[in-house]
Amino acid sequence: MALLEVKDLSIHFGGLKAVDSFYLKIEKNQLYGLIGPNGAGKTTVFNLLTGVYKPTSGEARLDGKIISGKKTADVNKMGVARTFQNIRLFNNLSVLDNVKTGLHNQTRYSMLTGILKLPGYFKKEAEMDKKAMELLEVFDLHNEAQTLACNLPYGKQRKLEIARALATNPKLLLLDEPAAGMNPNETQELMDTIRFIRDKFDMTILLIEHDMRLVSGICEEITVLNFGQVLASGETSEVLKNPEVVTAYLGE
Amino acid sequence: MEFLQFFISGLSLGSIYAIIALGYTMVYGIAKMLNFAHGDVIMVGGYLVFTVSTSMGLPVWIGMTAAVVGCTALGVLIERFAYRPLRGATSLAVLITAIGVSYLLQNLALLIFGAAPKSFTSVVSVPALTLAGGALTITGESLVTIAACIVIMIVLTLFVNKTKPGRAMHAVSEDRGAAQLMGVNVNGTIALTFAIGSALAAIAGALLCSAYPTLTPYTGAMPGIKAFVAAVFGGIGSIPGAMIGGILLGLIESLSKAYISSEMADAIVFLVLIIVLVVKPTGIFGKKISEKV
Amino acid sequence: MKQGSRLSNMKKSTKTNGITYLMLLVAFIVVQIFTATDSMTNLIKGLLVPACIYIIMAVSLNLTVGILGELSLGHAGFMCVGAFASSFFSVCMRDVITSEWVRFPLAIIIGGVVAALFGFIVGIPVLRLRGDYLAIVTLAFGEIIKNLMNVLYVGLDSNGFHFSMKGTTDLGMEADGKVIVKGALGITGTPRDSTFVVAFILVVITVFVVLNVVNSRQGRAIMSIRDNRIAAESIGINITKYKLMAFVVSAFFAGIAGVLYSHNIATLTATTNNFGYNMSIMVLVYVVLGGIGNIRGSIIAAVILTVLPELLREFSDYRMLVYSLVLIFMMLFSSSPAMVNFREKLSLKGKNKSKKEKGVA
Repeated sequence: MALLEVKDLSIHFGGLKAVDSFYLKIEKNQLYGLIGPNGAGKTTVFNLLTGVYKPTSGEARLDGKIISGKKTADVNKMGVARTFQNIRLFNNLSVLDNVKTGLHNQTRYSMLTGILKLPGYFKKEAEMDKKAMELLEVFDLHNEAQTLACNLPYGKQRKLEIARALATNPKLLLLDEPAAGMNPNETQELMDTIRFIRDKFDMTILLIEHDMRLVSGICEEITVLNFGQVLASGETSEVLKNPEVVTAYLGE
Repeated sequence: MEFLQFFISGLSLGSIYAIIALGYTMVYGIAKMLNFAHGDVIMVGGYLVFTVSTSMGLPVWIGMTAAVVGCTALGVLIERFAYRPLRGATSLAVLITAIGVSYLLQNLALLIFGAAPKSFTSVVSVPALTLAGGALTITGESLVTIAACIVIMIVLTLFVNKTKPGRAMHAVSEDRGAAQLMGVNVNGTIALTFAIGSALAAIAGALLCSAYPTLTPYTGAMPGIKAFVAAVFGGIGSIPGAMIGGILLGLIESLSKAYISSEMADAIVFLVLIIVLVVKPTGIFGKKISEKV
Repeated sequence: MKQGSRLSNMKKSTKTNGITYLMLLVAFIVVQIFTATDSMTNLIKGLLVPACIYIIMAVSLNLTVGILGELSLGHAGFMCVGAFASSFFSVCMRDVITSEWVRFPLAIIIGGVVAALFGFIVGIPVLRLRGDYLAIVTLAFGEIIKNLMNVLYVGLDSNGFHFSMKGTTDLGMEADGKVIVKGALGITGTPRDSTFVVAFILVVITVFVVLNVVNSRQGRAIMSIRDNRIAAESIGINITKYKLMAFVVSAFFAGIAGVLYSHNIATLTATTNNFGYNMSIMVLVYVVLGGIGNIRGSIIAAVILTVLPELLREFSDYRMLVYSLVLIFMMLFSSSPAMVNFREKLSLKGKNKSKKEKGVA
């Protein structure tokens, strides 16, 4: 069974069919790309998968369980984590605390334990510190653990967002334009990191990207979205040769 | 007949709320901020009319002109020096500043005019209308207030829909960034909105003090908050919404004073606000604004 | 390196909190010394409990405004609820529980819990709203409570409690009945149980709880909602739950401040100045002046702004004027983009330097 299976997913805003009869099938441990021209509805698909929008029709299943239409927080608890096109960090929290907030549902203690600082508080906090530092090390952010998130340079903010998403221990990771605003060197580094995450955490990754070098470099399969509909899907190199796809990208 | 009497006084009170609410709703729609000091601009308008017409004994129209000009200038100044520097700051910061401005105006008035209430001479010289053989009296103030409200509503709707600055307001309220790119003077448009709102507040202040002729530094605070309730009630950002919200609120207040309890009238008004926000947070005519993800 | 930074993290929050507790301790000792040597004017003595009340109000409001990031203008409403609930209890139980050591702690708990309950009831609908709406609805709530307290009559006779919203005569009581809550005249005869020591202990408890909440898993969740609601949801944080948690804790302590207030005066009435909008704004001034989100700042600001106006009575006309200017200028200074840029430029030199140092290491 596929890890993520989306069938006939649509959302209409008034008369606008932002996403129409979208379908997708991602196997476990796959690196999958979602591409398309600006305004094709890629981020809307992410928003549908993470409960930000309720679909007009259709469904998405993760491991056989329906995730579409559920609340955002519940979708995350079921195993979907994401990053955002316009980075959304907790700017006034430290880098470490950003990741520890991601661990919120992984390491728990009661409010009373926290208020009274019972022994459980220190034990669990130390546990969270350890997990969070391990994640930060993966992204080479461990030396900036105490920096406020808003003071990080742009590239590191993108990495921190991924680290925070991973902290929620997802089955599926959604990356919305992870290479946006990066230079070729940084993009190359990011590609290595994404591959590393997939291997180390045994992760399944779905990413939206405009950088074709990144997409063809790391995605095994892709789906092309145009005007809210699936234009083509399949193995990356095959799809990119598809004349319809080329037209959609380069125009007539 | 008694009911009709309360109904008309509610309509009159509601018309005042409506005029104030227009100022709130336009500013909120365009500057995306709750101008807490709006109610206190009403009070300033009241004091201006009082000073010019009652204390100095000049004709009412001079007092009214002074109030409208003075409040317009005040509105623009507040926007320029307190709110404009905070454009782009968090809404919490803007709101706290607005509360500060509100308190500043109240306390300046307190220092200048003292805490003792001033008895305000009505600006209305229209005689009261007696109907049904004396069973129903409509005061001149009520007649003028309701008429003023209707006129303002029509003029404002025409202005916003038919004129260039009005369309600029639409544009800024829809998308400030895009409006700027299209060559709309965003700062100018916001300042104009404050000017119009404050001019309306001056008129509302004169009418309010004519109907309820005691004037203190706190005169504007409660009507201001209630007018905001009215704006929310009708759907913030919507001109007809402010109108209908204001009138409904005036009726609710007047009728609950008459039939339930005069001490609880304010509480009932606020309860209505909470219920409206819970059931339909966007108000009667409001549009849903969702954050872009 | 890893160990080191982790340790420094622990140390950092422990250190700042430690300074706060130390500050409170020193203040307590100083007051005790002055009391023992009897070198305090009656004016200052009379301000000790109010100062504690305002500290509790400011610290608890800071939980909503600074940590949760929502503006509540109804904080005085919760204080009002706590004051009336506890006074009602104390007046009823005055002859039943004669020991103040039993009665007062119970009154404190009752005041806090009833206020927290109101926080919960109000919070459920209100916290669905955002920003300006939340501010205006909390304001509305505060006014409703104040109005309600002015028309509420409660009497007690051999048949039990009688309630009315109309007047004393409407209670329909037996001859042996006693009216406890008298509408606009409020409650009289609350035992004056509030002492500085009790008030101080409550301050410490408030500060302890709020600081520990901030440094806990729950506190991070609350702050993440403040910083970015959408991101917080995306990492599985239940927004309503944690907003409500902050709001209820905040209301609880406002209720406790109300208990101290009502047990420090002879007659408890609800007016604009003690439980209305004005009080909510005054507490907001403390929070803003002390720094939004800064608990220690709230404490200092509350003390200074309680003591200073009393010492400078001749300027009392200007007090509210100054408060309003404080609000405006603090906000312009701390939040206007131009000022933020300016301050960043000022600190840029230092920052560059530290970056270089890091690079070498």
